[in-house]
Amino acid sequence: MIPSPSDRPGRGDVPAPGSLPPASSAGSAGFPGPSVGYDVAPGPGASAGSRQPGAVPLVQLHGIRKSFGDLLVNDGVDLTLLPGEVHALLGENGAGKTTLMRILYGLTRPDGGVIEIAGAARTIASPGDAIGAGIGMVTQHFSLVGRMTVTDNLLLSRAGAGRLDRRAGRRMVAAAAERIGVHVDPDAVVEKLSVGEQQRVEILKALSRDCRVLILDEPTAVLVPQDVQALFASIRLLTAQGIGVLFISHKLGEVSEISDRVSVLRRGRIIDTVPTAGATPARLAEMMVGRPTVGVRRDDRDEAGGAGGSALDDAQPPAAPPKDVLSVRGLRLAGRGKEALAGVTLSVAPGEIVGVAGVSGNGQTELVQVLCGLARPTAGTVTVNGIDVTGADPEKVIAAGLGRITEDRHACVVGKLTVAQNLVMEDLPRFRRGPFGVFLDRAAIRAHAERLIEEFSIKAKPDDPISTLSGGNMQKVLLARTLARDPVALVVSQPTRGLDIGATEFVHRQLLARRAAGAAVLLVSEDLEELLALADRIVVIYEGALVGELPAAGADIERLGLMMAGQGAQSGAAA
Amino acid sequence: MTIAYLALLTAMLTTATPLVLAALGEVITERAGILNLGIEGTMYAGAFTGFLGAELFGSAWWGLLIAIVAGTLAGLLMAVLTVTLGVNQHVAGIGTTLLLIAACDFTSRLKYGGGTLPQIPKFGQLFADVPVASQFLLTYLTFLVIVPAAWYALRATGMGLKLGAVGENPEAADAAGISVARVRYAALAIGGALMAMGGAFLSLAMLGSFTLNITNGRGWVAIALVIFARWRVWPAVAGGLLFAAVDALQLQLVVTPEFAAVPREVMIALPYLVVIIALAVSGRNLRYPGAYLQSYRRT
Repeated sequence: MIPSPSDRPGRGDVPAPGSLPPASSAGSAGFPGPSVGYDVAPGPGASAGSRQPGAVPLVQLHGIRKSFGDLLVNDGVDLTLLPGEVHALLGENGAGKTTLMRILYGLTRPDGGVIEIAGAARTIASPGDAIGAGIGMVTQHFSLVGRMTVTDNLLLSRAGAGRLDRRAGRRMVAAAAERIGVHVDPDAVVEKLSVGEQQRVEILKALSRDCRVLILDEPTAVLVPQDVQALFASIRLLTAQGIGVLFISHKLGEVSEISDRVSVLRRGRIIDTVPTAGATPARLAEMMVGRPTVGVRRDDRDEAGGAGGSALDDAQPPAAPPKDVLSVRGLRLAGRGKEALAGVTLSVAPGEIVGVAGVSGNGQTELVQVLCGLARPTAGTVTVNGIDVTGADPEKVIAAGLGRITEDRHACVVGKLTVAQNLVMEDLPRFRRGPFGVFLDRAAIRAHAERLIEEFSIKAKPDDPISTLSGGNMQKVLLARTLARDPVALVVSQPTRGLDIGATEFVHRQLLARRAAGAAVLLVSEDLEELLALADRIVVIYEGALVGELPAAGADIERLGLMMAGQGAQSGAAA
Repeated sequence: MTIAYLALLTAMLTTATPLVLAALGEVITERAGILNLGIEGTMYAGAFTGFLGAELFGSAWWGLLIAIVAGTLAGLLMAVLTVTLGVNQHVAGIGTTLLLIAACDFTSRLKYGGGTLPQIPKFGQLFADVPVASQFLLTYLTFLVIVPAAWYALRATGMGLKLGAVGENPEAADAAGISVARVRYAALAIGGALMAMGGAFLSLAMLGSFTLNITNGRGWVAIALVIFARWRVWPAVAGGLLFAAVDALQLQLVVTPEFAAVPREVMIALPYLVVIIALAVSGRNLRYPGAYLQSYRRT
């Protein structure tokens, strides 16, 4: 079946296809030994590189159940992973994908259900058990020790108490890197590597433990397009070696490209498992969301109508471009080591959405902080509506007409205060009464909240503590708070991160409505699809400087990706 | 003015021994992500139980053994509080220190009343007539065996790798199949044993008896040394030697006529001032262990 790497010991039970291995194998979790507790016998005629429907499944999940409090996140999930296949697990945020995989990897304990590995039921109570069973997982937040080298990170799971054999460790890194067709410096300190490289180290780690099952939890969320292609190439190499890959995603395009089969998860249940070849993206999206979906896009593109597109129908492209409402000149900000912002100049006209693209950590956060009055730049100016607000307090920035939606929505609300109180937090002077305005007009605050809850269809009552709201509803509260002041300029950062499709569409529609109403919108996002759908122009930020600009219409994703990786040439106009 | 350099060096090595032992213990616990503020109490308990053991069994070696056991137990107490129960590390550490000092003082009052405590069998010095080399065996052990062994263990063994991983990123360590709790228990036990050895050195080697307030804030100095050393072994040793050198120097200066006008209290404060200045100069842009002060719970 597989050209077994020479360093892998050939012991372990060898069950005939379809039959259970001896019971003893179930208990023999070698911890943290290098060998796998099982090995799948080569089926006659099975060729390397293709999935093998006749082979013993690597993993079978039967009726996995898990609830957190009242919330049922996995409701009797069945799933089968075959050797050599990429099995995608598709679903919205909160559908239960990650919980299911955490159960398989021993990070979460299921309430019920059976996990079978190579045909034998097994208890996986800890990641150690999972590793012993030949399962590797790359989580969204990497489990790497940043200050250690690649080699030490690989040695971590197999080291005993005694002397470390770092020379053997380096060989192990090289051998694993060869299996996924990349080169990795074994002595590089992990925190100095790019996100894509760190992800590779995670995969190497799993491979170095002889995993036969590789779980990738939203692996592309943090990658630039080129890194995504490299990852897919690595995945294909691995499946050719007989490894089964569980690929978690909510991106249809990727799932169609890389997977052999798709299981769609919605509200903790598997809706269906289908071969990817026969499934259209529209059908998958409908299974995932439970209803047909419409993409929300800015109106100069093809589809403006459709269900729920009311905000778009009357959206008109701005007439003559008037003077810029939001203007930034030569902005600099000192950072740790190098400059966080190295001379950013950009301007946003009324009725325009300018998208800021870039891999996270290239100065987006700092740019937004400076614009919102949360950080004082070392050089440069910021003007809103002609008013200089460089280094001004948030209060002055808001007064100048800037609306702010920053990336960490939990940092923008006071969790213990109610929805109504959070809604007026930036606008208290309007709700004062009594001598010297020492009292708050609670009736007005409540009425204000009820109006906004209605207008923004927030699923909450005015007196609910805001910490009890879901991410989508919390984001709606923040939108409502900001937009209620009718800002002339908006700075929006990662507005739909972690939101489901419905809430994302709502946020997108609101932003387009502000654009139609003539506001200048600066949209910072790591989601390229979002930028391409909403922005008029896209600028690319790399290491604190803007390295390129493209009109969003007909933007070349390949080129955008290169610029995000710092390789694009300086350019004004685009193809 | 003349300074007796050989005497200075000799005194420096002796005075540094308990500091280096305690700082080493603290390096180990803090590398695992636990700030052990129980250090002062653990040293104090080491000094007292070492004294008790030596008196009871008539041998300084027995005293040292019992002090090590007591230090291990003190470390395990911290482990129960901070690792198992997840108590705030500041509270747990200060509580442990207060508890241990009070327990020792209480026992000493019960057993010996308010009077002076008896002399006990103490360690003798090796090479008694050779300058600088005339040190206690424990000093030789500390600098020639324990420190290099700890350095090697932290740098080049699986134990050290696991310790560092647990202190930097416990989630990653857990995902690698390492028991975060077990590593932290072990770090606190070993660290406690080293701290107690440092304390026992005061009663069993330097003094040959026990007095109230015998540690005199050495535990807190060790905490400062660890930060000064940025959690590395050799710089912690260097810091301990620096403090001890200034301490030995001020002891000489007190008796020189040129410094007769300087109040004795100022001279005693000198080494502590040096620590504060060293921290102020070197303590900027520190990078603490990633999981410093954080208890770990699997989510």
